[in-house]
Amino acid sequence: MADDITSSSQTVPPQRPQALSQESQISATPIPKKPKQDRAPENDPGIWRMGRKSFLSFAGWLSFLGFIGISTVGALRFMFPRVLFEPPSKFKAGLPGDYVIGEVNEKYTEEQRIWIVREREGFYALIAICTHLGCTPRWLTAENKFKCPCHGSGYYKDGVNFEGPTPRPLERAQITVNDDGEIVIDKSIKFRYELGEWGKAGSFLKYVG
Amino acid sequence: MISPMEKLRKTEVYKSIFRHKYEDTPRNRALQIVDNVFLHLHPVRVPRHATNIGYTWGMGGITFLLFLVLTLTGVILMFYYRPTAQYAYEDMKYLMHDVPFGPLIRNMHRWGAHAMVITVMLHMFRVFLTGSYKPPRQFNWVVGVVLLLLTFLLSFSGYLLPWDQLSIWAVTVGTNMARATPLLGHEGPFGPQLGMRPDADVRFVLLGGTQVGPPTLLRFYVGHCIFLPLIATIFMVVHFWRIRKDGGISGPDTGKKNF
Repeated sequence: MADDITSSSQTVPPQRPQALSQESQISATPIPKKPKQDRAPENDPGIWRMGRKSFLSFAGWLSFLGFIGISTVGALRFMFPRVLFEPPSKFKAGLPGDYVIGEVNEKYTEEQRIWIVREREGFYALIAICTHLGCTPRWLTAENKFKCPCHGSGYYKDGVNFEGPTPRPLERAQITVNDDGEIVIDKSIKFRYELGEWGKAGSFLKYVG
Repeated sequence: MISPMEKLRKTEVYKSIFRHKYEDTPRNRALQIVDNVFLHLHPVRVPRHATNIGYTWGMGGITFLLFLVLTLTGVILMFYYRPTAQYAYEDMKYLMHDVPFGPLIRNMHRWGAHAMVITVMLHMFRVFLTGSYKPPRQFNWVVGVVLLLLTFLLSFSGYLLPWDQLSIWAVTVGTNMARATPLLGHEGPFGPQLGMRPDADVRFVLLGGTQVGPPTLLRFYVGHCIFLPLIATIFMVVHFWRIRKDGGISGPDTGKKNF
């Protein structure tokens, strides 16, 4: 049996089925098989710098990592909303004549976290956020100081710290007067004492009345 | 006289559930543990020293038990608690005053959470004292440190959910520290240089705003109930698997083999 197979494959060309035309039977000489050309010779990438499989692997990883990367960036961006439902930073605080000289006014403290202090020469607006870790200090009239309930930071009436763990004075917000003569306070514009900003325009509203 | 158990074993129902007899052999005992997805967390054989409570304190196991208790009670609390500024505080009060067994469940969750922070730290302390962080267990120590951090974050995020003065100000204080994060905080080293602003930095991501408000409550709720427990579970899986791979629970060096 083994003999049969080897001899036939070497000597006899493969017989085509009878159903085919006569001519093909007559001209039947074995056509020499060309070497297969479906892959490049070993270690020869041809005109490409990269083999087909390496390229597919590279493209696959690139699309996978690209997808993951873009998704991550998208997810991160998702966490930063475009609209904040927070109270506006600017508000009107009545007429300057409503305030008493020497008083720390707490009318806007609960709603706006602002103390408006009326001195003889004018006004300044202190932001009621402790510069230690962000609690709301209390104005203690009897002791003439601001005192934070969280960790005990204390500030003088002008906002300068003198006790407790806080590293710096309270911040002041911009205080101006509009065309109607009303006090306008903008909390987004802040003045910091340690940066020498308390002398700047807007940090103090000159008013003698 | 046939015992009731024997009678039960002969019933059609019993035989349809337990198809064949269980033979009490050492091999079968081992197979019971190995073949069960839940039981296989536990080693098939326990070294004698592992039962020495004075050495291990059992703190890792207690921590895991507390995690399970907290997961269960937490899911139960979710049936009544709504994480919005309008309802959160009232729902907490409702749970504490009107829901049947509400106080029990909430207190289990609350005290369990406090206890878990303590047991996690005691576990870490024991591992440190017995030198169980040394090779080959150094990788598991690092996994444990991540789990400690996750426990703190779970505790911190849960603290905001009652939405009362104490929790709001505690979270105000806690998240204000995030301002000073290097690179990622708007008051931290190199933060402003990298374009960090009060409305675009790591604190903003935590709060969902520039101050603690309703978006913060929702973010902390999702983090507390979904994100952090999920991450913690993944790390716990690695932590427990690693114990076995590193040669089982550590014990005193007797110069002998453990078994």
